This record gives sequence, C-alpha cells and structure tokens, in this order.
Amino acid sequence: MNLPRRKFDTLIIGAGGGGLRAALQLSQADARVAVVSKVFPTRSHTVAAQGGVNAALANVLPDNWHWHMFDTVKGSDYLGDQDAIEYMCRAAPQAVYELEHFGVPFSRQQDGRIYQRRFGGQSRDFGGEQAARTCAAADRTGHAILHTLYQQNLRAKTHFFDEFFAIDLVRDREGYILGAFVMEIATGEVMIIEAKTTLIATGGVGQLFRTNTNALINTGDGMAMALRAGIPLQDMEFVQFHPTGIAGKGMLISEGARGEGGFLVNCEGERFMERYAPQAKDLASRDVVSRAIATEIRGGRGCGPGKDHVLLRLDHLDSDMIRKRLPAIRDMVLTFLHLDLCDTPAPVAPTVHYTMGGIPTNRFGQVVVPENQGPEETMPGLYAAGECACVSVHGGNRLGGNSLLDILVFGRAAANHIIGYLAENRYHRPMSDEEAEKSMARLARWDKRGEGESIDGLRTELGNVMEDYCGVFRTEEILKEGISRVEELVRRMDDATLKDHSRIFNTARVEAMELENLMDVALATVISAYSRKESRGAHSRMDYPDRDDLHWLRHSLYFREDRSIDYKPVRTKPLSVDAFPPKARTY
Amino acid sequence: MQFSIYRFNPETDRKPYMQEYVLEESAIRPGMMLLDALLAIKAGDDTLGFRRSCGEGVCGSDGMNINGRNGLACITPLNELKTPIVIRPLPGLPVIRDLIVDMEVFYRQYRAVRPWLINNDPVPEVEHRQSPSEREQLDGLYECILCACCSTSCPSFWWNPDKFLGPASLLQAWRFLADSRDQAANERLDELDGPFRLFRCHTIMNCVDVCPKGLNPTRAIGHIKELMVKQSF
Ligand SMILES: Cc1cc2nc3c(=O)[nH]c(=O)nc-3n(C[C@H](O)[C@H](O)[C@H](O)COP(=O)(O)OP(=O)(O)OC[C@H]3O[C@@H](n4cnc5c(N)ncnc54)[C@H](O)[C@@H]3O)c2cc1C
Ligand code: SF4
Ligand code: SF4
Ligand code: FES
Repeated sequence: MNLPRRKFDTLIIGAGGGGLRAALQLSQADARVAVVSKVFPTRSHTVAAQGGVNAALANVLPDNWHWHMFDTVKGSDYLGDQDAIEYMCRAAPQAVYELEHFGVPFSRQQDGRIYQRRFGGQSRDFGGEQAARTCAAADRTGHAILHTLYQQNLRAKTHFFDEFFAIDLVRDREGYILGAFVMEIATGEVMIIEAKTTLIATGGVGQLFRTNTNALINTGDGMAMALRAGIPLQDMEFVQFHPTGIAGKGMLISEGARGEGGFLVNCEGERFMERYAPQAKDLASRDVVSRAIATEIRGGRGCGPGKDHVLLRLDHLDSDMIRKRLPAIRDMVLTFLHLDLCDTPAPVAPTVHYTMGGIPTNRFGQVVVPENQGPEETMPGLYAAGECACVSVHGGNRLGGNSLLDILVFGRAAANHIIGYLAENRYHRPMSDEEAEKSMARLARWDKRGEGESIDGLRTELGNVMEDYCGVFRTEEILKEGISRVEELVRRMDDATLKDHSRIFNTARVEAMELENLMDVALATVISAYSRKESRGAHSRMDYPDRDDLHWLRHSLYFREDRSIDYKPVRTKPLSVDAFPPKARTY
Repeated sequence: MQFSIYRFNPETDRKPYMQEYVLEESAIRPGMMLLDALLAIKAGDDTLGFRRSCGEGVCGSDGMNINGRNGLACITPLNELKTPIVIRPLPGLPVIRDLIVDMEVFYRQYRAVRPWLINNDPVPEVEHRQSPSEREQLDGLYECILCACCSTSCPSFWWNPDKFLGPASLLQAWRFLADSRDQAANERLDELDGPFRLFRCHTIMNCVDVCPKGLNPTRAIGHIKELMVKQSF
C-alpha cells in the first residue's frame, strides 16, 4: 500500500496555545508549516484557562523577573531547571506585550495598562509581600489568547489540518523523526505528513483521573507517541491537584477567585489556611493548599453530608467586582450548581488539573534523551512544547499563571530554534514505505470484531484506579497495588473491541486510540510515583513525608520498553544569576 | 428518560432517520447535563457520533438542535427539557454524520471578516494603552466561542449562506471595529457594504435568543449599520 504523503518544513502536532504560538513565529518567517489538531483549533484546551498569565510587568505593584524566578524555583520545590526558569521569567514581559500587540483583549487598569491580579505563590523581594503578576483578560484569559493566536495564524496563512488525529510519529532506523502518521477524522483516510522538523504540542493528560478539570480530549496522545518512539517521559509522578475544583464535578474555579479576595473555610467556618500558611494563607502554592484541604477532610472537618469538601467564600466581596473580574466563573457556578458566588459559598475539593511531567526538552524546546554522550542528547529535528513537555520550569509543582507563560515562551523558543535548524538542513531525509507504514497496525487493530471489553468501561476503571491508587496521598503499598491494577487494565485492552467499524467520523475509534495513549501514560505515572521515595511538590508520600535533597534532587525518566526508571540531575545553574539553593519551603 | 436522536451514516444509510434511546431513571443524577446523557447513551452504543471537548461551555464543540432550539449540550440541564428529548444536528449545514455537521461555510464566513487586529504603527516596546472604557466596548463581543448556534438559527443564513455573512461573523467584524487599537475601520466597512453581506439581516433576533454565551449579534449588526451611515457623510 502506498500511503499518500504531504511534505512540509515543519509539522506541529497540536493547535493549543503552544502549537499556535510556534506556528505563528514560523509562518511569519516564511517556513512551510502544517498544524495538525484533532479538534478545530479554538476548541483546544487552552481555551478553558481562566485566571491569566504571569509576567513581571509591575503594572499594579512593584515587580521584576528575578522575583518571579525565585517564586517559580521555590514553587517547583527546587526540582525546576533554573536555566530554563530564568529564561522564561526574563522572556515573560515580552511574551505578554506581543500578545497584546496581536490583539488579546486584556483587562485594563485606569492608566490604560494591562490589569494584573494576585495569584498563589507570588511574592515581592524573594519571599516577601504578595505580588500581583498575573495578566488577565477578565477570567477568560485562555480563550482570549487562543482565539487571538488562531486569528493571527489565519492572517499569516498557516496551513491547518483541522480534525486530523495524529496516530504515531514516524521514526527511521537511525532514530530521526521524519513526521507523523495521521488520520483525517471526517473521512477515516490516513496519510503521512513528512517534515524536516516536528513539534509535539499536544497538551496534558488530565483524563487519567476520574475527577479532573480538563477537557475530554486531554488524553496525553503526544506523550504516548513519544514513549512508543522510544523517548522517555520525565517527572511523571508530579500531577497537580488544583485546590478548587467544584466538588464531585471537577470544573475549575480559578485561583483568581482567591486572588481577588476569596478564601476557604472548613465545616467549623474556620479560615484554616491561616494555620497552614500564616503569611500567604489562601494564596500559598497549589500543592500546599490542596494538601491542607485534603488534611482538613481527613481530619473530619470537611463540609456537606459526606464531609468531603470545603467551601470557597466570595460572598464578603463587592458583587460588582465579582461580576466584572470573574464573570465566567460566576456564570459557570450558576449553571452547574445553581448558586450565585456573590452571596453563596461554593463546595470545592482538590481536583486533578495539570501534568508537570512530560517529554524531556531543553530550553530551546529540543527533545533530549539519555544517549552515549550524556543524559541530555538532543534528537535532531524533534521538539516539544507546552503541557506535554517537561522543560522543566514547573518541577514538582506549577505556579498558577505559569503554564500559559510556558506555552508562549517555549512555543516561540522552539520555533526560533527550528528556523535555525531549517536553514542548515534544507532537505527532507528519505522515508521508506516500510517506515511509513509501521503504524498501520495500530489503526487496523480496531477492525477486530466480536464481543470484547468495552472502551468506555476500561476508561472508567482506569480513572478510578488512578484516583484511588495515585492520588493526593501516596504510600508504597497503595502505589504497588496501583501498578498491578493498571497493568491488568493494559492487558485487558488487548481484548477490547468496537462495534463501530465505519470510516466516516468514527469517534469510537478515536476514543479507543486515546485510551491506548492513556494506558501508556498511566503506567508511566504510577511507576514513577512508586519509584520516588520522598515527598516533594505535588508528590506526597505518607511513608516518606520529607523532601530528601541528598538522594532525590533529580529528575526521573520513565522508559516504556522495559517499564524502567532512570534519573538525571536537576540543572541548578541559572544562565546569569546566582542559583537558588534548596531551602525549607514555607508560605 | 426518552431520547429521539437524528442518525445518519452516509456509508450505510440511504437517508437519515430518528433513533429512539432510553436512559433508565437510575442512570440520571441530579444536575446532569444533556452532554452527560449523550455520553451515557454512547457508552451503550459507540456508533453515535457527536463532538465534545471542554464539557463546560467554553470550547463551542457541541452545538446541536435540542427540542427545536440550538444550544450547547454540555450546559443544557436535562431536567429543563421536555421528553422525549429530540436532538438533531445544527440546521442549515451539511451533515457529515449523526449530530456532526460540516462547519466549513461557517468558518469561511468567519475568515471573510478578517478577524484579526490590524494596526500599522511601529510596534511599541510595551503594551498599547487602552482605557477601561475603551476596553469595555469589547465586552459581549470577544467572548464568542464559534459554536454556530446563532448562524444556524438565522433564516437569512439558511437562504444565503454564500452571500450573507451570518451573525457570528458580523459579531466578530464589530469586535474589531470596536477595538480602539484597530486601524482598518474604513476597509472593514467597505468590505461589508452591498446588499447582502451585512444587510440581509432582518433583525429577526433568533441569534440573540439562542446564543449560549448571552451575546447579542443583532446589536452588533446595528452598530455596524450606524457606523456605515456615519461614514457616508
Ligand atoms: C480549567 C483550566 C484552567 C486553567 N487556567 C490557567 C491559567 O489561568 N493560567 C495558566 O497559566 N494556566 C492555566 N491552565 C493550564 C493551561 O491552560 C494549559 O496547561 C495550557 O493551555 C496547555 O496548552 P498546550 O498548548 O500545551 O495544550 P492544549 O491547549 O491542551 O492543546 C493541545 C492540542 O493538541 C491537539 N492534540 C492532542 N492530541 C492530538 C492528536 N493525537 N492528534 C492531533 N492533535 C492532537 C489538540 O487538538 C489541541 O489542539 C488551566 C488549565 C485548565 C484545565
Ligand atoms: S437578527 Fe439578523 S443575524 Fe440574527 S437571526 Fe435575525 S436575520 Fe439572522
Ligand atoms: S455569537 Fe454566540 S451563538 Fe454565535 S457563535 Fe458566538 S457564542 Fe455561538
Ligand atoms: S463541550 Fe465545550 S462547549 Fe460544550
């Protein structure tokens, strides 16, 4: 069989903020770019981001990038790479100004400059007073950014493949990635997109867990594609639980709600964060607040009949301010809970939100893997950016507002590096039919008929297993059980069959391949969590309650082939300033 | 609870038909949205096709016609719907399969209004200044999620999809006309002139009625008309 082929300079898989920022930079540099997305670009998950994007503009309160850097390193529980963090924080103001020039409708303050709100983990003067660093377009910042980037890409005539599902990367014998095997969902037709450079920007994997704040499409496809191409995933044990997901449902209430003055109370009406974080209180880092809530609930001080949540109060705030600064959140709570945040508190609980780990890259977005020469050999022509990547600027815990920043800064950085690479590598490497067709089997496998396990059933079980055995509090015993349960589900996947074998817009087949991806990433996550015997950032082990810098100040790498773990050092040396050495973390 | 859902797979069906589904009362939880029900139905019948992503009304994937009215399944509460719940694809667009329509006409109209900021000044080192009241002009415009509920409920769009731009695109046209940073007002207005592109709107207000984000395309269209009149003097 001869698969149809299309050729581009660069293939970008993913049209969220990361993919679109990179695409824009490349299109403006006259590179031929193909952007492949399984949903129409503005339906990507970036659209859901609410609170804002961090940059030390100092529009509201004094600020500078070095303080932002300190907060990010501390927030990461010292697992973040300090060269990448310095790079990101220095680049942040420019990244935000660019967005404004592209047309993002940021909220404004009286003098006409961009409005910035207070977010968790932000300080002035290296751990001092609260800072206001999060640039916001009301509480629809992600929507405003994603739509604007899409609009600018239309203007730049970027080539879009909307509703195309990337199935696997194409890799040659020498290890070069030559593009991807993709399927047009509407027709079921498959083809190869050949590219001199490939950027993976497929976003996070919140769907691993039963209750999460993520879109249904966040199934970690790019991460799983990387694993299958022999690339390890880094720091997958670090899964962020957002303190304020709507209890039992998962929709997010942005940290912006606490930034504007909201706070949490337990069943006794106590503002309990004062006990856990005397200075920052409700605006401590997310891992700290989530653990505090979980501790309150375990201590029997949760609210409601099941005592399984706490309350977020905004009713003491000016309701006009809420309508103006948090309109979409108020609407959402009205829709899903039938209550008005202006006068009634909302039930919230820690909810899976963000994937700190991902495909290992350096600060140019190049994918790096351990090879003969050292732990961070680049893979020529292969890049990753955004939530699917691990640069690592978030380390063990991401600060709110730093992810939109991450996707912008490293989307652009990757594009800039690609431009240089293309200048030196002018021709496509040859791709044999055999290499091109290797992935056909993955698709053909779903033609199998007859009775078998249902995809929906397996997905539900996986979500439950991950939630129960890889949640906020972890122990060796729980995680061991988690591994064997996920392994069992992976085995049962072999028996799964579909009823729908049609070609045209077959959503069942797409969901089946997404579940395969989730299974691969689930194994990476629980095995990494089992292996890290300390508590750091979002990874909290009851059997190893302390951070152990002597043994564990290092990144983990999970390999799919033999389900093994390896480690590499943290890059503790910044680009130009002094390093921030690990210190005890208090807020 | 009973559902009657439009089915059509061009590979196997000669023509579309309505399929009845029943969800047991035990499967219905309080606060359930229509999307949850569709997902539950799909768990039993994986051949049912519809789009969805965010589940909270921000991505615009799951616009459909629900008991005769366009809306987003993910923010339509089940208990507010009369049964049997009749679900059809958005009207006026070609059906690819089941509840999935081909939105290319809608997207083409969107691209036709050049929905991007045009500012030809040298790029400043910092942000453009925009006062809070100038910024307020964009409220009720920039929030559009391109779900197409409005355009596919607009009779003028059904009859003239090639010529009339439809409410969603015109809302976006006004979003840029209303932006104090945009400098292409004259070109934008020229492009909208003529008997069809803008003026086919007969202010029937269907669009306003159905917009799940509470936006008001009719008002935006009115603003564009006013501005055109002003410019012609
Ligand atoms: C509710 C919510 C609120 C948030 N609020 C904030 C905030 O206020 N501030 C902040 O900094 N961060 C926030 N975040 C985090 C942030 O929004 C995300 O981390 C970020 O948007 C991820 O962007 P991305 O470009 O990496 O991926 P995404 O936006 O998720 O895009 C992924 C893209 O990849 C495509 N794709 C995936 N798999 C495939 C495949 N197999 N084939 C083809 N295409 C594929 C998708 O179609 C999509 O286009 C929030 C997250 C959530 C869930
Ligand atoms: S008001 Fe105009 S745009 Fe809206 S539905 Fe009526 S004719 Fe269409
Ligand atoms: S104006 Fe409203 S109904 Fe129309 S596309 Fe935008 S959000 Fe949807
Ligand atoms: S699923 Fe996103 S709007 Fe309904």
